[in-house]
This record gives sequence, structure tokens and C-alpha cells, in this order.
Amino acid sequence: MDLEGEKRDLEGISLGRNVGDFSYAEDYAYDAGEGLSEEVVRYISARKKEDPWVLEFRLKALKEFFRKENPTHWASKKLDELDFSKIRYYLAKGAGKKRSWDEVPDDVKKTFERLGVPEQERAFLAGVEAQFDSESAYSNMKDYLAKDGVIFVDSSEGLKEYPEIFRRYFGRVVPIGDNKYSALNSAVFSGGSFIYVPKGVKVKQPLQAYFRINAARFGQFERTLIIADEGAELMYMEGCTAPRFETGTLHSAVVELVALKGAKIQYVTVQNWSNNVFNLVTKRGVAEEDAQIRWIDCNIGSGLTMKYPAVVLKGARARGEVVSIALANSGQHQDTGAKMIHLADSTASNILSKSVSIGRGRASYRGLVHMPKSAKNCRNNTECDALLINANSRTDTYPAIICSGSGNSVQHEASVSKLSQEQIFYMRQRGLSEKEAMSLAVNGFVNDLVKEFPLEYSVELKRLIDLEMEGSVG
Amino acid sequence: MRGLKIENLVVRVGERRVIDGLNLEVPAGQTHAIMGPNGTGKSSLSKAIAGHPEYVVESGSIKLGDVELVGLSADEISKAGFFLSFQTPVEIPGVSIANFIRACLNSRLPAGESVNPREYYGELYANMDRLKMPRSFTSRSVNEDFSGGEKKRCDILQMLMLKPKFALLDEIDSGLDIDALKIVADAVNSMRSPDFGMLLITHYHRLLEYIRPDMVHVLSGGKIVKSGGEELALELERRGYDWLKEGEL
Repeated sequence: MDLEGEKRDLEGISLGRNVGDFSYAEDYAYDAGEGLSEEVVRYISARKKEDPWVLEFRLKALKEFFRKENPTHWASKKLDELDFSKIRYYLAKGAGKKRSWDEVPDDVKKTFERLGVPEQERAFLAGVEAQFDSESAYSNMKDYLAKDGVIFVDSSEGLKEYPEIFRRYFGRVVPIGDNKYSALNSAVFSGGSFIYVPKGVKVKQPLQAYFRINAARFGQFERTLIIADEGAELMYMEGCTAPRFETGTLHSAVVELVALKGAKIQYVTVQNWSNNVFNLVTKRGVAEEDAQIRWIDCNIGSGLTMKYPAVVLKGARARGEVVSIALANSGQHQDTGAKMIHLADSTASNILSKSVSIGRGRASYRGLVHMPKSAKNCRNNTECDALLINANSRTDTYPAIICSGSGNSVQHEASVSKLSQEQIFYMRQRGLSEKEAMSLAVNGFVNDLVKEFPLEYSVELKRLIDLEMEGSVG
Repeated sequence: MRGLKIENLVVRVGERRVIDGLNLEVPAGQTHAIMGPNGTGKSSLSKAIAGHPEYVVESGSIKLGDVELVGLSADEISKAGFFLSFQTPVEIPGVSIANFIRACLNSRLPAGESVNPREYYGELYANMDRLKMPRSFTSRSVNEDFSGGEKKRCDILQMLMLKPKFALLDEIDSGLDIDALKIVADAVNSMRSPDFGMLLITHYHRLLEYIRPDMVHVLSGGKIVKSGGEELALELERRGYDWLKEGEL
């Protein structure tokens, strides 16, 4: 029986912006204050009782941040609206991180309960980390994973408890000076996950992190480092929300993935930021011989998102994939894409990107596929499709393809389609409201990519798209 | 009265009057046909009844049973029981026929309720068999890359599934070969009942041999200029429309 689209009615992760639009009174024991300076960086490092090399790393990054221009010569001028002197770079309650929800402070616990995090943990996750503003409030992992030697902690603990692994890879995939925002993150990073999966260990259930911004005029700078040792496998999922604030809020993460020989990492993101969040994230992975890295990425909300997940295909036969969905409603600009750097022979990459622009929303695709002379028999396939709804929305595609080796093949397909008034009328003639018609068309457009997400996320994705359509019908 | 009743209807698109004082009554249980030269407002009439936002009703009334359709939105008109089979159905990429029809049925149910999938697919397949549509159609996007004939069948499938009180079929015969026309006509005839009314827009008498009308009307200059029994269709086919235009003057 054809039951296409029929899904089990299960409680997925909750990332609704209406669900997420609440905050608790600001009551922080540790506050680095407004603005960015060496003093702020020293404050954060001291608060975390870091080794001297970490402080040095941070201070070096701070210099880089100040030295680098905002990339407005190619990116949105909207970046200039970010006032770095009005942002608070570190906020923490000082309660520390707990391994049981019962010990988590009440308002923090309530926050994550309202977002459904403890429920999902019981239902289907191998481990959870929940970050509230700057620090991890909760982190736990199923016991059997610890027995296998799997490490899943927040990055501060990772630095302290596992320096020999951490230091070896930290800042190697995304160097400090990669871009202005990677430098910023490197200077003030706090929270994020550190994961190590030992040789041959396959983590069957996903590990999940939920990043929650509670305070206004705040910057969240989590730093995630994931290492899958030879033949290891894992799936990591992250969800992010913030309440609606009157003032700008910044989320600037750095994520580094290392997939050693034959390892597989899948990294799933669903972000649903409120409109005043600047979401400027650097995500990159290195895939060694026969390793695979997949970024599965969905961007909804935020005022401006700039994110181009990358895979450096460093070992022969490595594979990289980016599956990305972006929804840009009025007042939002989704500037997203993918980068594939083919450094070894017979490496393969695949980029599937779909964007939907609604009302005055804008979606841009920026892609880079690089195959230098030294690499042979590499393949890339890129498909990017855009859907425009209503006359004022905008979409752009900026693909860069550098292909110079021998036996390499690159395929790029792009399409733009419009949801016309006649299509909406047709659907309404059959009884669907304008909102239902638009939701159905958008869900139809992204459907083949939504199937790439884990079931718990794909159910939520469909719900988020419906909510987004509700807000766009005048 | 049950059925469709249109009184003194005036419709404009932009500055242009496309329907100009039209009166028409199709009682429940009957099938009427509208014929007429190109560009005289036949498709405008169908879009105006269906509530297309560009077709502005300046005055007059369109009643389906006791419900006044003027002023309702397209989806409300649909839910009131009016179905329009389009002259050229549009494509809806990415939305499968099965999901589309189910969403349309669910939209008629109270919030939170949905059709039983087993019953739904049972009925869908039975209607597809009747229209001789292969099962693979359910997962194809609505009208995408369909032939003209497939689009018409897809529209009629929707009608069979949505069970309207009244259907307006706008040139359902265009793009159909004779075998397909028979299949579609059989399906349409199966809908006929004392509770169901139908209006056919067509250029050709041929359709009316398969779906026999109780009355035939001629639309010209945005209004009905002549009405008669089914023999009128044959006369039009023989004589064309010019004699009516002259009579109008």
C-alpha cells in the first residue's frame, strides 16, 4: 500500500519559533559585560581555569579578529549592523554542568523541558548535551558508550580532561585566521561538544546537542570538535533556538570534524533562530582515506545566516556530502552553501541544496568545488534548486568551480521555480487555504531532502515549515 | 432551490468587463452545457464562480443551494461544494497526487482529524481504475509532465474523490482522444444524481453525445444569448454562432 508521506506520530525535537519564544529572567553569576577586549578574553579563560596555551590561543585569535575586515566586500552589508561593542560575550549561572536533569537549576531545566529535550533523550538518543547561553547545563551519555571508550563532553571539559586528543586536532581543521568570525569564536569560545569515538566503534543512536540562547544582546560561541577514529561511525544532531529579542544577538560557532581512515560522520543541524539573530558559523571536516563526512543542514529563521559547510577530502576515495535546506522569509537572508576540496585521488562529493524564498526573503547559494592539478579521477555533483514564493523574494547562486586535474568530473545543475498565483488558486479551488497550499508546495519542493534527515527531525521540519508559512500569509 | 443560480452577474478583470449581466440556473440533478465563440467569457465565468482573486464581481449573485458564493474565498467556495475542472490544469511540482488529494480531503475535516489511509487508498485506487490510470500515478507530482489527456483525468479523479455538489467542467474534452473521452465521460456520468448538478463548457457537440445535457446555452458578449434543448448544440455545430450575433443586434 502506498503510504507515502505517512509518518508515525511521534514526538520529535521541538524547534518551533513560537514554542521557543520565551525566556527566563536574566540572573547570571558570571557576566563578562558588554564589548570585546583582552580583559574579556582573560576573564573567560580565568573563569574556565584554562591552561596557559589556551589563553595564548585565545589572545592570538583576538588580535586576528580585530585585524580582519568584515567581509562586506562579498557578503551582505547587513553585517555592518553588528555592533561588537554592544554584545555580551560570556554569561553563565555558575551552577556547573549536571549529569541528571534533577540537579539542573529550575529555570534552565524548565527551558529544556519546554523544548522537549529530556523526552527525546529517553526516547531515542545515545547522549545529550544542553547548552544554556555560554555554558553546558546538562550532559549525559548512555553507559554502554563510555565502556566502549566513547567521549562526549562539552568542550571545556574536553580541553581539561583529554588535552592530548583535543590539542592534536583543535584549530587544525578551521584555523584561527580562516575568517573574521572563526577568529572571534577562537577568542571567546565557550561550550560546544567534544566527541571522540575510538577505532571501530559504531555509535548506533544519535548524539545530540541543543544550543539555547536565553539572554538578549548576547553572543553564543560554542566550539565543537568531533573525532571519529579509524572505522568509527557516529551521527551528531544539533538544534538551536532563541527567543525573539528587540536587539541583535550573535551566534558564531566553529565546528571541526575529523574522520580518520574509513570513518563516517554525519552531522545534522536544524536551526530556527528568531529574526534578529546573526548566525555566522564556520563548519568544516577533514576526511581521510575512505572516510565519509555528511553535513545535513536546515536553516530556518535568523536575520542573516552565513554558513558553508565544507569537506576537505584529504585521503584517497574519501567522500563528502552536503544536503542543505534553507527557508528565507521576509526580513531574513539565508546565505548558505557548501565547499568541497578534493585533495586526493578518486574522491567524490555531492551537494544538494534547496532554498525557498518567501515574501521579501532572500536566499543565496555559494558553492566552491576545488579539484587541483594533483588530484585525479575525482567526481562532484552539485544540484541547487530555488523556489520563489510571491513577487518580491530573491534568490542568487554563486558557484565557484576550479577543476584542473585529469579525469576529474564536475556536474552542476541549478533551477529556479516560482509558485504562481495560478498554482495557489488551483490548490485553493480544491479546498486548501492559502497557507495550506503554500505549505504543501514548499514541503513538496524540499521533500526529497527532508527524507535525508533522521525521522525525528523530519517530522519537526515539516511542522516548522507549516509554521513559517502561517507567518507569511498576509 | 438546490443547484446553481446566477443572477445579473457582472464581473471585471482589471478595467475590462468579462461577464455582463449574466443569468443562469442549473437545478440539482441536471446537466447544462455552455457553448459559444472564443473569447466571449466562458472561462471567465468559471473563474468568477470559483472565486479567482483577479475576477472581481461588481454586482449580482451566485448561489449554490442557499449559500451565496460571491464574497467567499476560493477555498470556501470549494468547501461549499463547487468543483471546477480547469481548461488547462497547472502543474504543482513536488506534490504527489496522493498527498494532494488527501490534503484536500483533510481540509474538509475538523482541525486535527484526517482521513483513514486504508479507506482513502481503497477509494483512490477504485476511482483510478475507473479512469484507467496506472497506480504509478499516485506518486507523480500533480500534472507535472502530464499529457493533456492525463491532466484532464487527474482533474476528474479529484472530482470523484472530493464529491462536490456541483461541478463545472471547462473544456474537459480538449486533449482527449475518443477512447479517453469515453472513459472520462463514463466517470463523469457516474457522478450524476438528483443531488448533483453540472455545467459543461465545450466547443464541440461530440462531448454532448457522451454526457447528454438537459439544456444548452450560448454565451456571447458576457451573457447568455440563447438557451434550448440538446438539439441546439447540433444546430450550433451546423450553423456556427454568427446567426446568433446578428439576432442579438
